[in-house]
Amino acid sequence: MAQNYDPAPEAKSNMGQPIPRYEAVQKVTGAKIYADDLPVPGRAAYGWMVTSAIAKGRITSIDYTAAKSVPGVQLILTHENRPSLADIKTFAGGGLGITDVQPLSGPEVHHDGQPVALIVADTFEAAREASFKLAISYAESSPTATFGDEGTVEKNLSEVNPRYEPIRFNDADAAITNSAHSIDVEYYTPTQHHNAIELFSTTAYWDGPRLVLHEPSQYVWGLRNASASMMEVDAENVRVKSPFVGGAFGSKAALTHRTALAAMAAKQLGRPVKLVAMRDQGFTHSGHRQETRQRVRLGCDANGKLTGYDHRQWEFTARTTPYSNGGLEKTVAMYDFKAARTDNYVVQGDRNVPTFMRSPAEVPTVYALEAAMNELAAKAGIDPVEFRKMNDTRVNPVNGVPYTSRSLNECLDAAAERFGWTGRNPEARSMRDGDWLIGWGCSIAMYPTQMMPSTARLTVRRNGTAFIEVAAHDVGTGCYTIAAQAAGERLGIDPRRIDVRMGDSRLPPGPISGGSISTASVTSAIAKACDLVDERLGVAKDASAEERSAALSGMAMPELEVVGSWVPAGMDESAIESLYKGGVRISGGAGEERTMFAFGAEMVEVRVNERTREVRVPRIVGAFAAGRIMNPRTAHSQYLGGLIWGIGSALHEATEIDHKRARYVNDNIAEYLIPVNADIEQVDIIMVPEVDEEVNILGVKGIGELANVGTPAAITDAIWHATGIRIRDLPVRIEKLL
Amino acid sequence: MRPFRYERPATAARAVAAAGGEAHFLAGGTTMVDLMKLDVMRPERLLDITQLEDGRYDFIDWDGKSLRIGALTAMATLADDDEVRRRVPMLSDALWLAASPQIRKAARIGGNVLQRTRCAYFRDTSYAQCNKREPGSGCAALDGGVTRGHAVLGTSSACIATYPGDFAQSLIALDAVVEILGKDGPRAVRFAELHRQPHSRPDIETTLEEGDLIVAFSIPDADFPRSRYLKVRDRESYAYALASTAGALRMDGDVVADIRIALGGVATVPWRAREAEEMLKGSSISEDGLERAAEAAFAGASTTEDNAYKVDLGKRTMVRTFLELARMEG
Ligand SMILES: Cc1cc2nc3c(=O)[nH]c(=O)nc-3n(C[C@H](O)[C@H](O)[C@H](O)COP(=O)(O)OP(=O)(O)OC[C@H]3O[C@@H](n4cnc5c(N)ncnc54)[C@H](O)[C@@H]3O)c2cc1C
Ligand code: SF4
Repeated sequence: MAQNYDPAPEAKSNMGQPIPRYEAVQKVTGAKIYADDLPVPGRAAYGWMVTSAIAKGRITSIDYTAAKSVPGVQLILTHENRPSLADIKTFAGGGLGITDVQPLSGPEVHHDGQPVALIVADTFEAAREASFKLAISYAESSPTATFGDEGTVEKNLSEVNPRYEPIRFNDADAAITNSAHSIDVEYYTPTQHHNAIELFSTTAYWDGPRLVLHEPSQYVWGLRNASASMMEVDAENVRVKSPFVGGAFGSKAALTHRTALAAMAAKQLGRPVKLVAMRDQGFTHSGHRQETRQRVRLGCDANGKLTGYDHRQWEFTARTTPYSNGGLEKTVAMYDFKAARTDNYVVQGDRNVPTFMRSPAEVPTVYALEAAMNELAAKAGIDPVEFRKMNDTRVNPVNGVPYTSRSLNECLDAAAERFGWTGRNPEARSMRDGDWLIGWGCSIAMYPTQMMPSTARLTVRRNGTAFIEVAAHDVGTGCYTIAAQAAGERLGIDPRRIDVRMGDSRLPPGPISGGSISTASVTSAIAKACDLVDERLGVAKDASAEERSAALSGMAMPELEVVGSWVPAGMDESAIESLYKGGVRISGGAGEERTMFAFGAEMVEVRVNERTREVRVPRIVGAFAAGRIMNPRTAHSQYLGGLIWGIGSALHEATEIDHKRARYVNDNIAEYLIPVNADIEQVDIIMVPEVDEEVNILGVKGIGELANVGTPAAITDAIWHATGIRIRDLPVRIEKLL
Repeated sequence: MRPFRYERPATAARAVAAAGGEAHFLAGGTTMVDLMKLDVMRPERLLDITQLEDGRYDFIDWDGKSLRIGALTAMATLADDDEVRRRVPMLSDALWLAASPQIRKAARIGGNVLQRTRCAYFRDTSYAQCNKREPGSGCAALDGGVTRGHAVLGTSSACIATYPGDFAQSLIALDAVVEILGKDGPRAVRFAELHRQPHSRPDIETTLEEGDLIVAFSIPDADFPRSRYLKVRDRESYAYALASTAGALRMDGDVVADIRIALGGVATVPWRAREAEEMLKGSSISEDGLERAAEAAFAGASTTEDNAYKVDLGKRTMVRTFLELARMEG
């Protein structure tokens, strides 16, 4: 029961209008068209991906007979007969591939669920039936599933990523050892899967030399270029369409195996091929949040001033591809540490490759830092909110680079006031209601303000309407509406009169929709385009809306088209070239010239049944400051979803791994738990006004990945406050509290 | 999917005559179709029984203190029945706390008691070992698998899969009787005899014979206003029980006159804790007494590293159920 759902938060200072996203009604009524709904020329064939039933070994033989005899089967592709493909690099290597292993590249099996065959038939049912009959024999060897299992290989991140530098800032060891209070604790975070409602679908067809892909994507230009180079065709000849994305959270950013599989089959059959990785296949197809171990040593003096901070992270990754999210260069910037040291390791086993998942680096590392902050505050006998305020910093302590803006204390105050934090009894087990133990906990949320170059084509018309084209993406956030608002505010046009087109690689390139980059980058490019309109119409920059609309209606030609392009501070114009090649160059966060972050404060109440130990979250308050808020309503949705996600991260979400077989066992959304409505009661969101004139043209910080960061630390602290039990491995399941 | 034939027999007798071998009944299909999509069940014919004889098996009838419920009653219908909620809340609770509104609307209580285990190795045919799916193939769960959800009571070395349902716990607690129409005509068996423990043949889950159609459940003595179903799980809704208790109580002053205890989420079959009942009958309700009874209820438990917590949680769930029932107005 979300009791106080506020459909239209008011616009405070430095906030745009809370207009509902324009496609809202179409979305809830099912009228909106997603990639898989787009029409195709001619009769499509349907693919079924056969995935490996083992995590390690090799295919010894494949018997096609029975499968081929299923009526309607048109094609079975395996490593024995697949056409040639060029190798594709992963993100770490400057490409877009999810893995270093190319589709159907050989008999070796590197992880559970690796695609080993593609069956294409006239109907989905026939392809599925044939999949039951394709007899694949394996020689299986014993796989390594996760931490602690035999066969893991641990490497310092610097061994696999030459650009990685561990932080050595003063003598953290000595600082901690000499502290009045210190802790040395280990935390664990589990594998998690995005599980967006929309599955991983790809439809491919060829029109002569041209390849068309309908695929939900967080980066249509990247996908266009990566699939072109993989298929060895000219990028100009590939078009990716992804008008709306039904949830992504990072899982639709990379090039996965299915794209090449569908494209190859479509070429061979000369007809469109539709392919969907099913829910269980999705668990091994497009990455996950890697499980981590974190060790934090933290000290403070007798007054509660932080001294040293030592944070080491181990990330579990694939044997084939040493993926890492890192993140400790950001946690060290959070407080006024006097000394710090970080180390990051990757641990490899026989698993598929992890990928970005909503706040990829921040979720595990900030959880560990914030949980440690709570533990140290308790040990030092200081209120955890006070503790954070007294250790606030205006600069990144490691390099002295100032924050462009930082409103953490304002967030802490706003959340504390709404929550009624003051007067919290510091003792654990000090509050109860009948059989239910009650506890309060807090954490900060943070997310680096990141940007990528972007372009935007803007057409203004004499009749007072306008048109924006940019290959950005609406992954459910309201990006179309916000683009219209950004232009509308500048041009003095009602955003409803501005048409926006996105999600098509024919449009001028926009940034990847990841890292909470979109709004900041796209609105900056739109602002640049608006400047060009001003220039062309001879309107002064500070002209009023009336003057502007007079200039527009007085235009000689019926319409005027401009293309704005924007590069973030610190990047040169070559970044735009890279964008046109589908590259990913991101700046922001803990930079060399600016420290740019959005912040939040979260406070939560939990109730734990004294006997059976179920944990409930009756209320959670989050206060966030993130520069200009383009639209408080869509921002509210992001924060709301983020807090709920955070509750899930703390209490529900985890992919369970069979240690013996290195396979995911709860690979469906009945058993992969996320909160349901009944788990969520009161969620309060406060948007703290903040002005930042440095981050980008409009002063926008990304918010999509802010609110879910830190929540688990607030909840575990509240659980400790209720029960006296410190849980340091997530999620907090009942058995840990018995 | 594999091709299959869909039929809709007009009468129960014809459905029974047609069933057997690879011809299976289809009620709401929430278990059957799910497992067909996973290729775990491979029926050649599906006999849709939802419209048999114009709803003849969709009823809720009270006769004095006895209650009869047609097997084709939807979970949602029974859950929402006012008289049932008032006179025997544990029946309604168990359904309310099960699955989701959509599933409860589609699923029928006959199919409900026959739902299959959620053991991941049973539900995914790419695992070679599962004695329930492929008799004699071994048990992936016991052979190093993830067993957090698995049973601790009524297990065997061949299978430790949990019976996942909720409603069956209330039926077994209430001494329900299953009314069956078989190839040799109608008969009745005690609900407690419907399910079989795995022993060496976990693939044989019930004592039903080929073609047996469950037509109704009857509960001769169903008046238990002081009853409830407590379900402890990983989230507030739409999750199977980690441990649950169907509990009913009749007091004579301070003394327990009648007590019914069934345990869910912890056993391979619907599980009645009769020893615990015997220990509590004739005395007053105390935390100590409940704890001793709970100890007895789980005395025979056999655990793995992953599911050892279920013994403790199961006991706590049982104790909490009765402490709360004792507080309820008699
Ligand atoms: C995601 C999910 C979550 C769920 N959560 C829960 C939960 O929390 N708690 C819970 O208790 N259940 C839960 N269930 C299970 C659900 O309650 C059962 O699937 C449902 O009750 C089965 O009823 P049905 O009518 O759909 O049966 P069907 O699927 O139609 O049939 C099931 C089986 O019973 C046989 N059958 C059906 N009717 C008869 C009859 N009258 N006589 C003889 N044989 C018959 C069929 O042949 C078949 O083998 C969940 C299911 C799903 C899919
Ligand atoms: S526990 Fe039972 S159902 Fe699960 S794998 Fe073992 S035999 Fe199969």
